[in-house]
Amino acid sequence: MADPMKIRAAMAGDKVEVRVLMSHEMETGQRKDSKGSPIPAHFIQNVTATHNGKTVLSAEWGPAVSKNPFLSFRFSGGKPGDKVTITWTDNKGEKRTDEATIG
Amino acid sequence: MNSSRRRMLKGAGGATVMGLAVMASLIKPGSAWAQQWNKAAFDTKSLNDTVKAMGGTTATESKDIQINSPDIAENGAVVPFTISSKIPKTEQVALLVEKNPNALAASFSIPAGTEAWVNTRVKMGQTSNIIALVKADGKFYYTTKEVKVTLGGCGG
Repeated sequence: MADPMKIRAAMAGDKVEVRVLMSHEMETGQRKDSKGSPIPAHFIQNVTATHNGKTVLSAEWGPAVSKNPFLSFRFSGGKPGDKVTITWTDNKGEKRTDEATIG
Repeated sequence: MNSSRRRMLKGAGGATVMGLAVMASLIKPGSAWAQQWNKAAFDTKSLNDTVKAMGGTTATESKDIQINSPDIAENGAVVPFTISSKIPKTEQVALLVEKNPNALAASFSIPAGTEAWVNTRVKMGQTSNIIALVKADGKFYYTTKEVKVTLGGCGG
């Protein structure tokens, strides 16, 4: 199981700014190991962020997103105390969901 | 520029496309794939192909899209980007790295109420044009910026 995400959600004016740091190898499938055989691709494909059950951002990623991906975005309609939930799914079907409270 | 390195990158790129194709055929749609992933778009090599794979025809250059990134990235493995769009009804924002093995790096769907502003980090194999592609009200717009890479992000 992958390590938890670090999520920070804070008010920035009238909007909520969310910053997420995920823990993932993001292996491209381009690299080779010391014996010269390719290392299989392993990367996050889908990321979904929800607030009060409403999707506020969904992303599709390729292997070009950096290792331990960082993502930041802003949405309106949130208030301090609300929860923001982030879920990712990778190309092997592994999943991780974490939530944070807007501060 | 080291030519054997060029060949290695090209060869590895081809192998990945095949690898992804094999994986896609093994995993049936709908099982672990509750969400969709536009595989065709992620296999494309150029802006025009990406636009077509996303269901458009052509993209128009626009000054209302902004890319914030370093002009020179010392480490191609982690290049930070901020993309913002002032085009009304922006519904999708995508980031392409022209000279990566597959151009499309990331694509974000922006529902109403979410600002057309995303910040993330991508890998760049070499100095390349970065393309920010925006879908707004059914039409595609783009803007480009060159980022120089001192150390590539695709090697070991």
